[in-house]
Amino acid sequence: MAAKTQRIEITLETLLESVDLAEVIVMRIAEAAGFSEEDIHKMGMAVREGVINAYNYGNQQIRDKKIFMTVELEPDKMIVRVLDQGKGFELTEVPDPLAEENLLRTSGRGLFLMRAFMDEFNVHTAPGGGAELVMVKKLPEPVSGNGS
Amino acid sequence: MALQGTCREINDVAIIDFSGKITLGEGSSTLRRTIKELIDKGHRKIVLNLYDVDYIDSSGIGELVSGYTTVRNAEGELKLLHLTKRVHDLLQITRLFTVFDVQSDEDTALRSFR
Repeated sequence: MAAKTQRIEITLETLLESVDLAEVIVMRIAEAAGFSEEDIHKMGMAVREGVINAYNYGNQQIRDKKIFMTVELEPDKMIVRVLDQGKGFELTEVPDPLAEENLLRTSGRGLFLMRAFMDEFNVHTAPGGGAELVMVKKLPEPVSGNGS
Repeated sequence: MALQGTCREINDVAIIDFSGKITLGEGSSTLRRTIKELIDKGHRKIVLNLYDVDYIDSSGIGELVSGYTTVRNAEGELKLLHLTKRVHDLLQITRLFTVFDVQSDEDTALRSFR
């Protein structure tokens, strides 16, 4: 029988506390799914950055707006989506934080960290207009035994 | 854990021993306030000892960069000391190792000020 995809949907308030909450939730799910300690840290941090992005730039700290986080566990990977209620943006328009002229900028590294810490990262503009950040981490290969 | 900083002075160098997280909100604010207070008090040689800081997010990185610029604009020097592996790796992938003077030994850090 094929393993089912498990899906969890969470609606977060546009509050600073939601950043920590989202990070903790994803880290616990990742731990239960069997990711390594280092991968759990990276996934937590990537999701933290995603929710910071939604809180600060997407929803612009407007209290009435929501942040929608979805976590999907597939047999071989975990997918986290963070959707805000802002105007959306194009990845190509985001300045490269590694460029010499941007090194002393005090912001603009969140998207880079998400990309660095996950196996796949992408941004879509949702039908309603918000930005949807999609982050994928592959599950570790199961260790094969000598037969049982 | 909230960021906590304890300041000590050796000769004319201010060393702040930090423990906790430098993240969006309280941690970043504490770092900003600490550096501003040192500059306001006339300190121009500052070492941030990050020996017990295991977590910095993009907001914290931004605050470190802001602190670096603040001190430099005041014609001072800011150095980082005792990075944990995660913070070390973070500064490496963000290329900020090319910006900050990172030291692994306190005596060497103290001697490295002009």
